[in-house]
Amino acid sequence: MIKRNPLVLGNKTLKDVSDDICAPVESMPSGGWLAMFLSAKALFIYYIISIGILISTGIGLLGVNNPIGWGTMIVTFVFWIGIGHAGTLISAILFLFRQKWRTSVARTAEAMTVFAVMTAGLFPLLHTGRPWFDYWLLPYPNQRGPLWTNFRSPLLWDVFAVSTYATVSMVFWYIGLIPDFATLRDRAQNKTRKLIYGILSMGWRGSSRDWSHYEMLYLLLAGLSTPLVLSVHTIVSFDFAVSNLPGWHTTIFPPYFVAGAIFSGFGMVITLMTLVRMGFPQFKDYITIDHMEVMNKIIMTTGLLVGYAYASEMFIAWYSGNPYERYAFLNRALGPYAWSYWIMVSCNVLSPQIFWFKAARRSIPVMFVVSIFVNIGMWFERFVITVTSLHRDFLPSNWGMYGWSWMDTSILVGSFGMFFTLFLLYLRLFPAVSIAEVKPVLHVGKDVKGGHHG
Amino acid sequence: MAKYQSGIAGIWLEEDKILEAARKCQSLGFKKFDTITPYPVHGMEEAMEIKRSNIPYVTFVAGLMGCLSGLLLTWWTSAVSWPINVGGKPMFSLPAFIPVIFELTILFAALLSVAALFYLCGLPKINPPLIDPDLTSHKFALFIPKGEVGYDENKITELFKQLGAAEVKKVAEY
Repeated sequence: MIKRNPLVLGNKTLKDVSDDICAPVESMPSGGWLAMFLSAKALFIYYIISIGILISTGIGLLGVNNPIGWGTMIVTFVFWIGIGHAGTLISAILFLFRQKWRTSVARTAEAMTVFAVMTAGLFPLLHTGRPWFDYWLLPYPNQRGPLWTNFRSPLLWDVFAVSTYATVSMVFWYIGLIPDFATLRDRAQNKTRKLIYGILSMGWRGSSRDWSHYEMLYLLLAGLSTPLVLSVHTIVSFDFAVSNLPGWHTTIFPPYFVAGAIFSGFGMVITLMTLVRMGFPQFKDYITIDHMEVMNKIIMTTGLLVGYAYASEMFIAWYSGNPYERYAFLNRALGPYAWSYWIMVSCNVLSPQIFWFKAARRSIPVMFVVSIFVNIGMWFERFVITVTSLHRDFLPSNWGMYGWSWMDTSILVGSFGMFFTLFLLYLRLFPAVSIAEVKPVLHVGKDVKGGHHG
Repeated sequence: MAKYQSGIAGIWLEEDKILEAARKCQSLGFKKFDTITPYPVHGMEEAMEIKRSNIPYVTFVAGLMGCLSGLLLTWWTSAVSWPINVGGKPMFSLPAFIPVIFELTILFAALLSVAALFYLCGLPKINPPLIDPDLTSHKFALFIPKGEVGYDENKITELFKQLGAAEVKKVAEY
């Protein structure tokens, strides 16, 4: 029989688990955290100022033009929303598949989802150009007819998909946090902390009758989130696929986008987890090298899927016999934006191949570098899809180049400031590993007597 | 809230012992007792004969409601209230409405299921009395309220001690 590796290292007692996981919340921040937080915060402030300038002056400060009406904002929107998908995959899909290793990474991955969706959600709202009219996206009774939203438009589907996704993943995350907030409340030594976590825990006491309902709800939310997460990136891909532009109008888009989203999301999970392990060494017993290895295997698998999609797109473009379709793909690989295409291919398809070697899968520096490459590659994938398809469509008289400006850079880089500010605050305010979910898996891979079986 | 009752609680340090204690209390015919654990203990539902949660029914009905409201919203706005010809498509173009209907189904099902949990567990509770602050960390408790059938303080204390309780205490309010 193959022996399972323990999911939690060291012979932890239940109390050790609570102590270890609550420690970052209950102690003063380290210098490293403070330095990272201040840099992220500075970047976030820069982002806010950039957005202020962008709103007050206009969307023309970005490189968007005719024919390239969709630029950095849409590219970065798809990038961040894709990152969110790995969190839901870990928290919901792996839960349904009874993958016990997910317990120690689920909380942080879900936090990543929530913050990535928050970061992403801003872009389409700002990209409307007049964000003060964004409430027009919602079907509300009005005095212009009433004139309703166009439910046949993929952009409106996206409004519903992204807002549902944001709501449900936040609720799912919060439900998971309630018992852990109760733990923090009961451990609190001072009044303010007791009050804050008391409110957040909603008075949870851990009665077995409550746990029975709780576990049922958790299962249901996992079951609801699974089709939801697949639908979200499917609908994001519809934004492109439902148009008739060569390079966008393909049926492969939904599965291709979902695979890419999971790929990029796991890239970001690895980046964040290596940092968390560095910053909070006691978490190394919970987020072990085994966990990282499993995630690297997923990165390699989805990387291959994405590579297959690139090849399939090329083949179908040729096989379709449609000259515009053929040209769009030849232009991607050989045209003026060929550099971005080849950055995408080398980062997404070539760099994860190193994970065929076990030593690489288990090496923190190697996986950190690969995860950064994956993040870069997946941003470029969305750039390739959006910009290279738009810049040369049917009529050569309608061709152009994207006018990348300093504002594009500010928006792209600044969004990382927002994401990391939220994420770093989360690490110090919320338990970063699920306390109540880790305790039942303490015995996995060890010989311990207990009420568990299986 | 006046729902809190006094009673007697035993505290255990091991998961298997609380399971056994729960089984014992169930077999003695106690009905209103409760166990308090830091995490969902596997096998506790069988030990205490807790019925399967009713939340799935709420989820199903809520999902159906979401689905129907999505259908009504898209149909009424696009085909009745202000019909507009978009690209020659039918006024009631169902395939195009499916994404919105689907998202509303999920949204209603998820939010109302959460509301059902809050209702069934009586959350939020404002500053509820606790038996022991370690019960959300590493201890397990079994609480028998005063209103329990055959409630006898001395007998229960004896029973808890036999079952290996680390501590037995009178609880004024839980």
